Amino acid sequence: MSGSHLGMPAFPRAAAVSTRDSLLRANLAHATHTIRDKRARAVAELDDWAQLRAAGAAVKDRTLRHLDSYLEQLEESVIAAGGRVHWAADAEEANRIVTRLVRETGEREVVKVKSMATQEIGLNEALAEAGIRAYETDLAELIVQLGDDLPSHILVPAIHRNRSEIRDIFRREMGSWGRPAPDGLSDSPAELAEAARLHLREKFLTAKVGISGANFMVAESGTLVVVESEGNGRMCLTLPETLISVVGIEKTVPTWQDLEIFLQLLPRSSTAERMNPYTTTWTGTTDGDGPRTFHLVLLDNGRTDTLADTVGRQALRCIRCSACLNVCPVYERAGGHAYGSPYPGPIGAILTPQLRGIEGSLEASLPYASSLCGACYEVCPVAIDIPEVLVHLRERVVEGGPVTRRGTRTVLKPAKGHAAERAAMRAATWAFDHPGALRGGMRLASRTRRLHPRRLPGPGRAWSDSRELPAVPAESFRDWWRRTRGEQRPDGSSTEQRGGVK
Amino acid sequence: MRVALFVTCINDTLYPRTGRAVVTLLERLGVEVDFPDAQSCCGQPQFNTGYRHATEPLVRRFDRAFRDHEYVVTPSGSCAAMVRDNYPRIAAKAAAEGRGRELTDAAARAVPKTYELTEFLVDVLKVTDVGAYYPHTVTYHPTCHGLRMLGLGDRPRRLLEHVRGLELRELPGAEECCGFGGTFAVKNPAVSAAMGADKVRAVAGTGASAVCTVDNSCLMHIGGTLARQGSTVRPVHIAEILAGTEEGAQGGAVSGTAAGAEGGPR
Repeated sequence: MSGSHLGMPAFPRAAAVSTRDSLLRANLAHATHTIRDKRARAVAELDDWAQLRAAGAAVKDRTLRHLDSYLEQLEESVIAAGGRVHWAADAEEANRIVTRLVRETGEREVVKVKSMATQEIGLNEALAEAGIRAYETDLAELIVQLGDDLPSHILVPAIHRNRSEIRDIFRREMGSWGRPAPDGLSDSPAELAEAARLHLREKFLTAKVGISGANFMVAESGTLVVVESEGNGRMCLTLPETLISVVGIEKTVPTWQDLEIFLQLLPRSSTAERMNPYTTTWTGTTDGDGPRTFHLVLLDNGRTDTLADTVGRQALRCIRCSACLNVCPVYERAGGHAYGSPYPGPIGAILTPQLRGIEGSLEASLPYASSLCGACYEVCPVAIDIPEVLVHLRERVVEGGPVTRRGTRTVLKPAKGHAAERAAMRAATWAFDHPGALRGGMRLASRTRRLHPRRLPGPGRAWSDSRELPAVPAESFRDWWRRTRGEQRPDGSSTEQRGGVK
Repeated sequence: MRVALFVTCINDTLYPRTGRAVVTLLERLGVEVDFPDAQSCCGQPQFNTGYRHATEPLVRRFDRAFRDHEYVVTPSGSCAAMVRDNYPRIAAKAAAEGRGRELTDAAARAVPKTYELTEFLVDVLKVTDVGAYYPHTVTYHPTCHGLRMLGLGDRPRRLLEHVRGLELRELPGAEECCGFGGTFAVKNPAVSAAMGADKVRAVAGTGASAVCTVDNSCLMHIGGTLARQGSTVRPVHIAEILAGTEEGAQGGAVSGTAAGAEGGPR
């Protein structure tokens, strides 16, 4: 690794540290390989998986094309069912709305269902600043929150922790958040789950306000859907008096019939289950059953801008299953934190730079955090061609080009720090488009081959620190061909003249 | 039948013996091989790093170089995938930028005639036994672009299974990327090296004396990592295995394989 190589952007630097963490590598390799094998078996059970996948992609694409009308339909349906709808253009506005809504209840504590949207906007931190304590109730989110840690996986935010680390966190931290861990807590999964269950039960029974996201919003009826495994979501969605759901606008599906496709695609891709244990749906409010007040906060936060990019917009199909993380060889070795966002892995590498803009050094490094092996595209249940979007975003980084920011079309300048690379790429194209010059260069390399160093200085160390350099042969292929075959084709098909067309 | 060999820039410059092996193999199968001298690079390094506009002259060059040929055969899954998957994308973006149909036409000509070597053998020549002899234990790593972009499937395996003397060893985690990824190898060297180390560990664990792929670029990374670790496992392109014959092994003079250590890691 080239260590402090100047201009090294954020992902490679973070990944250089995490790849050396052998405990993290072992935790991640074990977890990702287990779930990826299970997913493959669950998907193989359905012989119409390819059609389901195509249908999922088509429904999402069509919905996104007409998102404006479906959102208005959704708003009408939610209001008609007794809910209230708020529109948030960005994270700050969403946090302001939620903070105000909680304050209006007079409560200082809220329980939360695991939600990517609220991670994305940093809601817990915003609430804390307003003196409101948010309790995460998903087991893995609880581990992350108690450990004062960051999530590193979409589905399993504490995937980077093993059982004994979790036991230590529970023993140390549970007491200061509520019911302490039982004495003599071991690291057996059953005991850890029971400790979490007892700790969380207290929160469910006292909380007056619940905050959630949603996996889907059905426009025709105004119904929101949360799929989960633990039952904590069901508690938070039914017990509190007030429910506030913060949902990205791309979660809309037109009808219940569309939902049928995604309720097959999501669990098999995500947890490798035929069906997830809990599916909660709610439509506005119902007297005497569940929350008396329901607020839906519709979150844009860069989604409309992403929608304006005809190649990049397919990222908005994402149903947050995390199958792409589980098969990604880069994620497996770098870990989720290196992606600098709640959306790690391949999907994060195309989502974060689009939602936040690609100008920052972390965001500009993310499209390069992939070997373009294509394993993510292969498993994606809504057929997001992640490698295609990665290359598209790389172009935005090095060549600049048109982007949309807060609804306004603007032209991005090429990122700084790529001058040498840009010059090298242009030089390479020039040489490859001038075979005479190329041949000269090859011959020079061949003649000087005994002088070539085994290890390269400067940026070249990025190759030669871990790999031998290939030896330059005495003769290039084209020189061999010309020497042995060059005169055999008088029809001109292999003469130098044709090479000089340009 | 007459085909044009698209040798690729990396084989031309660093692994000429692979190109010579393709010539030996195809000629042995009765195919007339042409090497249009106007060819150079498919443009993949530029395109995949984000320099789409710098790729365009190379799309035009590819089209010009191979315009007169019905078949273009290349010993690289990755370069074949570049032509077939990305040339149409480059053309579509150029057209969308108001620069006409020139690249669209070039891509439309290039795409249907470009074949990766094992595809050409199995799909066009319809052979799986190419009469090869290679008396070694070999493990096969399916490279990502051949596997997932081209969908080569079991074509390379079927060819290898018919090679006399060759014992194929199963590679655990075969479908996982080796970590090369073009400029990824130098832009994310820590992750690339970690992936390479795991791949090399799996290769060594098979006990095979050679590791084979359809791409010398991935093999440069795998072989370079093996060599740095002092391993004796040889990286070999599939063309060099398929070009080998018993007579060649005895005489040691197959034009494709007689070049000794050149191109390989030192």
